[in-house]
Amino acid sequence: MSFGNAVIYSLLGICVVFFALALLMCICLLILKFAGEKPAAQSTPAETAAEEKPEERPLAPGSAGDVKLYDTDPRDAAMIMAIIAEELKTPLNELRFKSIREVRE
Amino acid sequence: MSITSVLSTLWETSGFYMLMSDWRQIVMIILACVLLYLGLVKKFEPLLLTGIAFGMLLTNLPGSEMYHPELWDAYIAGTIRLTDIIHDGGLLDILYIGVKAGIYPSLIFMGVGAMTDFGPLLANPKSLLLGAAAQMGIFVAFLMAILLGFAPNVAASIGIIGGADGPTAIWLTSKLAPDYLAPIAIAAYSYMALIPMIQPPLMKALTTKQMREVKMEQLAPVSKKQKVLFPIVVTIFVCLLLPSVAPLLGCLMLGNLFTESGITDRLSKTAQNELMNIVTIFLSTSVGATARYDRFLNVETIMIICLGLLAFEFATAGGLLIGGLMYRLSGGKINPLIGSAGVSAVPMAARVSQKVGQEANPSNFLLMHAMGPNVAGVIGSAVAAGFLLAIFGG
Repeated sequence: MSFGNAVIYSLLGICVVFFALALLMCICLLILKFAGEKPAAQSTPAETAAEEKPEERPLAPGSAGDVKLYDTDPRDAAMIMAIIAEELKTPLNELRFKSIREVRE
Repeated sequence: MSITSVLSTLWETSGFYMLMSDWRQIVMIILACVLLYLGLVKKFEPLLLTGIAFGMLLTNLPGSEMYHPELWDAYIAGTIRLTDIIHDGGLLDILYIGVKAGIYPSLIFMGVGAMTDFGPLLANPKSLLLGAAAQMGIFVAFLMAILLGFAPNVAASIGIIGGADGPTAIWLTSKLAPDYLAPIAIAAYSYMALIPMIQPPLMKALTTKQMREVKMEQLAPVSKKQKVLFPIVVTIFVCLLLPSVAPLLGCLMLGNLFTESGITDRLSKTAQNELMNIVTIFLSTSVGATARYDRFLNVETIMIICLGLLAFEFATAGGLLIGGLMYRLSGGKINPLIGSAGVSAVPMAARVSQKVGQEANPSNFLLMHAMGPNVAGVIGSAVAAGFLLAIFGG
């Protein structure tokens, strides 16, 4: 095979790979668009009214707040928070956890 | 019969005596021991390198008669049939049938698929372009191999080392250039193990500190329905586009479907564990067995090892360059380091992106972002292999 032909095959090969993966990208976008989780169905006015008036409960004396989890399993996060509370001898609802992130070496 | 003649016959039929007939056998035994050391002590892809090295050791022990390349030559020439190999061959000849038929790489891909989460890829479909760019190394190495005088089918097999995907490299080489299977498989797995050393210098050379410091936004969640649809739709479209890639890609996606469907857990676990482990043993030992002294120790092997390294370097550079382009087009929102993960080698290449990104900015977490191009690279190298098989396999 001449080098010129090899160059043509290589360019063709790169084009085929790019075309195939670009096609897959379009397919992924379509899957994301049409197979996403549908938003909850619209509730009736009566239900909406009921939702607007939630049962008023007294707030707990503090909470752990909204913890953002990055690459961390909720179970692991719960365990980590419980261990920290135990180590600090502080009730969990008096601690504030902002985020938990798994650090990999 | 005198005791002397008995001892003499025993000596002449021993492997030690036969070992003296060709110094290359001793070199291969030493080389196999070095590879065993790398696999077992240095932990270079130990699951595969240990089997490959031991297969190499067995095949080069004179008199072991476990693998007969001359039988396979005759089979390829059409003078004998597979049944003759089963009748006359050794244990490793019989195991090699799975390589020759392309069964083992496909089954390994099924396990890889079962273990792979395509979520990061689905969450950021642009990763696919990075996976495509990193296949550049395959075609650059192919061109270089042609320049060095290799036949096109051999050059294509050498090029696929740049895909950084062992099963794909073995699958393509067993079909296009089976005589070169051992050096190509050893180069592919060795360089995959060396990725943490090969990639970082290039990553630093082709990106600025500002680029490496970019923190990427958290990936959007992907629903189960989307994850289940993905393997089905990808199989249909890619296999229709390139039917030759169906064994590899089909098995990859089947394994993934076992896992993502959530109702075939038993099959998923089998594909990930028992099946994968059994096939890995068969594949590695039989591929190692093809490295017989009279076929392995030559200048071409050294050239293949060198070309393989270049293929990896160009593949990494391709991913980084397109990553750099995406960094500019996105207004600095994409960290180009994730491009180098497009070379497959799951998940090693993604870990390297994470490590280099975190060196530049300790609060940087690129791992999940790099997993997208990483798994895209697996698909990309399979597509490239399908293309090369379609062109040179006829």
